[in-house]
Formats: sequence, structure tokens, C-alpha cells
Amino acid sequence: MKKFSQKHLLGIKDLTPADIQLVFESADNFKQIINRPLKKVPSLRDVTIANVFFENSTRTRISFELAQKRLSADIVNFSASSSSVSKGETLIDTVNNILAMKVDMVVMRHPAPGACLFLAKHVNAQIINAGDGTHEHPTQALLDAYSIREKLGQVKGKKVVIVGDITHSRVALSNILCLQKLGAEVMVCGPTTLIPKYISSLGVLVEHDLMKALQWCDVANMLRIQLERQDIKYFPSLREYSMLYGLDKEKLALLDKEIVIMHPGPINRGVEITSDVADSKHSIILDQVENGVATRMAIMYLLAGQKPEI
Amino acid sequence: MNSRVILEKKQLDITLDRLVCELIERLGDFKNIAVIGMQPRGIYLSRRIREKLTLAIGKQTFNYGELDISFYRDDFRRNSSPILPHELKIDFDVEGKRIVLIDDVLYTGRTIRAALEALNDFGRPAKVELLVLVDRKYSRDLPIHPDYVGLKVDTRAHDKVIVDWKENNKKDQVSIITTEPN
Repeated sequence: MKKFSQKHLLGIKDLTPADIQLVFESADNFKQIINRPLKKVPSLRDVTIANVFFENSTRTRISFELAQKRLSADIVNFSASSSSVSKGETLIDTVNNILAMKVDMVVMRHPAPGACLFLAKHVNAQIINAGDGTHEHPTQALLDAYSIREKLGQVKGKKVVIVGDITHSRVALSNILCLQKLGAEVMVCGPTTLIPKYISSLGVLVEHDLMKALQWCDVANMLRIQLERQDIKYFPSLREYSMLYGLDKEKLALLDKEIVIMHPGPINRGVEITSDVADSKHSIILDQVENGVATRMAIMYLLAGQKPEI
Repeated sequence: MNSRVILEKKQLDITLDRLVCELIERLGDFKNIAVIGMQPRGIYLSRRIREKLTLAIGKQTFNYGELDISFYRDDFRRNSSPILPHELKIDFDVEGKRIVLIDDVLYTGRTIRAALEALNDFGRPAKVELLVLVDRKYSRDLPIHPDYVGLKVDTRAHDKVIVDWKENNKKDQVSIITTEPN
């Protein structure tokens, strides 16, 4: 009997390729559900989920919230800016107080890497990582890989380049791990200052010339420049960055093949990707958003379906 | 443990023919009819029925679908392993249709309850009927009754009714596996 191996979703690192396949197969069903007139199933009607966001988020929070509503779960939303965290309450206290109100599952985004792992060790609830600092963003990686599978048929054997701010990106790390587990080849591309020194120890290729990277790949995942995480200047100017590493129509026209363009959002239009590319038929950016709801439904369904320990 | 065959290939075929005849008799002009097989095991039966029915009624047509009820089951979070969904295929409007649900074995009736709930999410059918190959008598947990029955059997709670099809297990037959309670 196929079974999801984890109690929590803390990172792609803990998942087996079979787990990921299981998420994809379930997501196929949920994608069908969110496209029919009545977009709701009653599966999680006795499950209560808290969305705890210590960092801003639009897409991920709405996506999780919609996924929860379509599974009929009860939800409470919590954001740090409007809470007692500003009064000095610790993370464990905050979450334990929420759990005292009988919550089964916590979806958390936190600026500190490892915050979700810490929580999973100390509180009695299932934890889903919705991004922990610069560490991992597992649901984004799963929906990205799912979108590649949907567009190209399979992930195995495909060549994916991740372009941009690899150092500060949790999406990059989760994507690298997820794509490798599924048998894809991964390359990272960006200015030397934004590529971690030992990244090649993960088994990825490193390229600093965007044109060479694009020529090599089947899929280009353009990451956002995370100005809010950059404490020092990593490149001279945004204009220079977009000239060297921004994707535009002219660069695409030079290629002798068609590639799939992805972006985890939010887009800095004109910086890492120009509007005409972001809105072109090669871009699957909005498919990624749609698939985000289906894959998050699949993850919560698989996790919540485990028999609770009493 | 001992296994007893209750329907062999030939008898099974005769039973299927009879079920198809009953359907033709009761469904009349086949307007607004939908035949829906239940995932995962009812679909082998429903595909056979579809095949025989199509041959029998000639020019008339009917809608055919396959329904998965994983998300509607009442034992979610009560099993040690999660309930994994199967493919669902309903590409017609359920609203106002007369529906024949098809499953292989009717036991507690809980699957059918879930199917009725699932069907409602696709629209409001005019009527829902139930066709089963094997009806395990006196074992219902819910007030559910089949309209078309292949074979009624008496079983005890720890018995198992196994329906094999050429498509999934190399031969057509129905058998009961009985185990002595410890």
C-alpha cells in the first residue's frame, strides 16, 4: 500500500521520490475538482488548520487558504504583525496557545531557517513549512515540478536552469532537491555574488552566462531578486542585472528552440523578466499558481489522512 | 481459510446478460440515462455492462462515467494508511439525469452513501439506481437497497467476497473466502 512517509512537510529533503509521485497523483485528482462547478470536497471537515505567517505573503497564503477551504477544513489565520508576537511572546508559546484551541495542523512561514523543524519537535501538531527564511519552500518546489510534469509530460531527464538570486532563495534550494529526486538535471545561473560557493556540492551545474544556460535548458525558472534579504549590494545596479540576467524577447529569439518559462512570483517586471516574456505563451507562470492550489490540497490531504495519534 | 467459487465464467456471463436485459427493460427509451461505475473495483463490471449494453441497444446511446469517492468516505483519518484517490471521469452534466450506479459487491452500504454525496456535487440527478453483482445480505450499516442484483449471498462478517476479472486478475469468477474466527 502506498503511503506518505512523513508526518510533517518540513522540507523536500525529507521526502522520497515515491512521496513526491504520490503528491502528484493526488494533485491530478484535486486539479479536476478545482475545475468543476462545485469546487469542494468534504474530506477535511473534521480538521482545523492554523495559517501562521510571520512574514508577508500573498500568493502562498491565499493558495493555502483556498486549498483548505476546498477540502472543507476549518481555518484560522494569524499574521505576526497584528499579534502578541510584537508584545514579546515566543514562537512556541504563540503556537501552543493556538493549539490549545484544538488545532490539528499548522501552516507556517517564518523568517528564521529551521523554524518549522524546531516547532515540529516541540509542539503536538502536524507542521507544513510555507517558507522558512532562506532555507526551504517545499510546496513551491512541488508545484513547480508538478507544472513541469504537466507541461512536458515528465520531469525525469529534463534540464532545468534556475536563474537569479540563489543565495537568498528558499525556492532555489527546494527546487534543486525536488527536481533531482525526480531525475532532472539542474543548473543554477546568476552573478557570482548571488551563487553560494559550495552549491556544486549539491550536484548542480553552475553557469554565469545566461545565454549559455538558456541554450542548455528545457525549462528556465526565473527567480525574484530578493532585495529585502540583501543586506549589502550584490550587484552594481538593477539595470545592469536585468541586462545580464533578465529574460527578454531578444534573448529568447536567439535560441534555436522553445523553452518553458517559470517564475515563482511575485514578478519584478523589467528586472528578472520582461512583461512580453512573462505574458507570452511559453510562460506557465499562471499555471503554476493554479497548480499551487491542487498540490497544496494534495499535501494537506495526504498529511491529514494519517490516523491522529491519541 | 477456504475459498469457494460461487460464480464461474459462464455463469457470470449469463448473470451479466440478465442484468443488461433488466436495464433495457426498466430504462425504456434510454433518454437522459447515465451509467456510472465506481472506482476502483466497480469499473471492471461497469465497463462490461457498457459493452454488452451498447451491443444490445444498437443506435441508442447513453452517458458513461466512472466515479471516485475517496474524498467522500466516512473513514478518513480512521485508517492507518491514507485513502488514495483514483481517476474520476464524468464528462457529462449529471443534472436531471437518471443514473445507474454500478459496483461489484454491496456490503455495508457506506461506499454507496459516499457515492450519493459525491454525485450531488456534480448536480442534482433526477433519479439514482444501484446495480451490484453481489449483494451480501443482512450486512448493511445504512438503509441502502440495490435495484439490480446479480447474486445474493449469505456471508459472515469475517468472510470476504472476491470478484476477479480477466482485465485485472486473469480470469472471470466470483468467490467467497471464509476464515474461521479465532
